[in-house]
Amino acid sequence: MATHTEQLTTVEEAPAVRLVGLTRSFDGRTVLDGIDLDLPAGQFTALLGHSGSGKSTLLRAIAGLDHRVTGSGRLAAPERVSVVFQDSRLLPWRRVLDNVLLGTDGKEAAERGRAALAEVGLAGRERAWPNELSGGEAQRAALARSLVREPELLLADEPFGALDALTRIRMHVLLRELWQRHRPSVLLVTHDVDEAIVLADRVLVLDRGRIGLDLTIERPPPRSYRDPLPGGPSLFERSRELGGEYRERLLTALGVTAHQEHAEHQEDHQ
Amino acid sequence: MTTTATTPVVSTPAAQARPLPRTRRRTLAPGKRLPASRLIGPGLVLVLWAAASAAGQLDPAAIPAPWTVLRTAGHLWSDGTLSTDVLTSLERAGYGFALGLTAGVVLALAAGLSRVGEALIDGTVQLNRAIPTLGLIPLFILWLGIGETFKIAIIAIVVYIPIYLNLHAALSGIDHRFVELAEVQGLSRVRFVRQIVIPGALPGFFVGLRLGVTGSWLSLVVLEQINATSGLGYLMFQAQNYGRTDIILVGLLIYGVFGLVSDSAVRIVERRVLSWRRTLSN
Ligand SMILES: Nc1ncnc2c1ncn2[C@@H]1O[C@H](COP(=O)(O)OP(=O)(O)OP(=O)(O)O)[C@@H](O)[C@H]1O
Ligand SMILES: [Mg+2]
Repeated sequence: MATHTEQLTTVEEAPAVRLVGLTRSFDGRTVLDGIDLDLPAGQFTALLGHSGSGKSTLLRAIAGLDHRVTGSGRLAAPERVSVVFQDSRLLPWRRVLDNVLLGTDGKEAAERGRAALAEVGLAGRERAWPNELSGGEAQRAALARSLVREPELLLADEPFGALDALTRIRMHVLLRELWQRHRPSVLLVTHDVDEAIVLADRVLVLDRGRIGLDLTIERPPPRSYRDPLPGGPSLFERSRELGGEYRERLLTALGVTAHQEHAEHQEDHQ
Repeated sequence: MTTTATTPVVSTPAAQARPLPRTRRRTLAPGKRLPASRLIGPGLVLVLWAAASAAGQLDPAAIPAPWTVLRTAGHLWSDGTLSTDVLTSLERAGYGFALGLTAGVVLALAAGLSRVGEALIDGTVQLNRAIPTLGLIPLFILWLGIGETFKIAIIAIVVYIPIYLNLHAALSGIDHRFVELAEVQGLSRVRFVRQIVIPGALPGFFVGLRLGVTGSWLSLVVLEQINATSGLGYLMFQAQNYGRTDIILVGLLIYGVFGLVSDSAVRIVERRVLSWRRTLSN
């Protein structure tokens, strides 16, 4: 215990999140089975796993949202944590700007809220009601709400799951840009292998309650990400090329064989 | 390959000249609201009534003509009796409603926002609700005397129950996703209640409020017809003894106008407060 604390202070960059033997179970069924994990500050991590593998459970534990859940283990997370949910979760009775400002204080808060909305491309929509926004716009407003608190850790649980493919690509570019500008640690839960490779520097696969695969994604220096125009296809294309090998390894870790995937593609094209 | 590809291109002008099929779906929403549409129905009834009276199809002793009713109302008004009765009735309904509204809101807040409050209040109110309020009249007369107090108390009870039930259900039925959001955003308990629980419960509150308004008039009619020495119901009760259907109709019309006006007032407030809602009604 003592050595542990020492480590945290002496290591040059202390991890933003540290999980030690994290266990969670529901009705006697163990979902997380002693997870040890460090998320370095400023890292963009993606978490993959089958449906029901416990991704949301892990994320909720880190967010401190798992009240009345049995479990053990130690968990250290930063103070300023933002969460982006699969649904935008905007309060329908507050205008967009007031939604973004939920839980913030002070005079400059409104200014920061406007700036955050402008950053996600929603300048001028401050006075709109949430049900006047499209799905993609609502999710961007939710991103603005998470940014305005200047989080040290951004947790996102399938934030683009409900969006169409085109909007999703644009959101990928936006999220990556926002991350580069603000540098929070990010933990992104997704079930989309390609999304994980495009966005993250490190991909974890959750399998039977443990981290089954911990994959670091090597990338060209960030500079080349800015070279293509925002929203241009090259970011996506390049990452796809690079990702071919990672993709294979991740799919194998998820238990999808090349044969199965091939069959699925054939079905898609019929 | 090239020829097959070009053929459709050549034929496009012809295809464009053809009328496009109608693709817009028929809307399932009822469509735009007619101006003053709520008055159309009552207006139609009035026209039919007048027409039937003019044609001599109605027995004037059973259903007097609209103009007879109006004339009677004019007489009663210049007498001074009608205005006193109307004021008395309004006062009763007003006090009873205000009391019921306050009690309903306070109790629902207490029960909806704290577990202790819920344990103390909810069961009691549910029990109260199971007893038909008008059945309490004899007991209340013995307790409070036959004056104004017991009438106001009965109206208040009729009003507070629907307000309590709907507001409490709305407060405790708050979407757990919003609770989670409030936790994530680090809202304090007070802010959570003020910014999420209460605004989220307002639609339910207005459902209860409208039921309460209707309830206040309903109980007023019953109370004034059973035992009163003034008020609209008393006026109608007396008229019954003298066979004056015109006076009874005057009373009924005034009750109707009260009901319509108060319900409209609640609707207007509701539409302003819940302007964020885009429902079928607008
Ligand atoms: N509150 C709860 N009560 C009981 N069981 C739960 C609860 N939350 C999660 N579980 C169970 O824990 C397991 C993991 O759930 P979790 O939501 O973490 O999966 P997931 O990986 O996020 O899946 P998905 O990709 O479908 O969102 C599931 O089997 C689920 O049924
Ligand atoms: Mg999940």
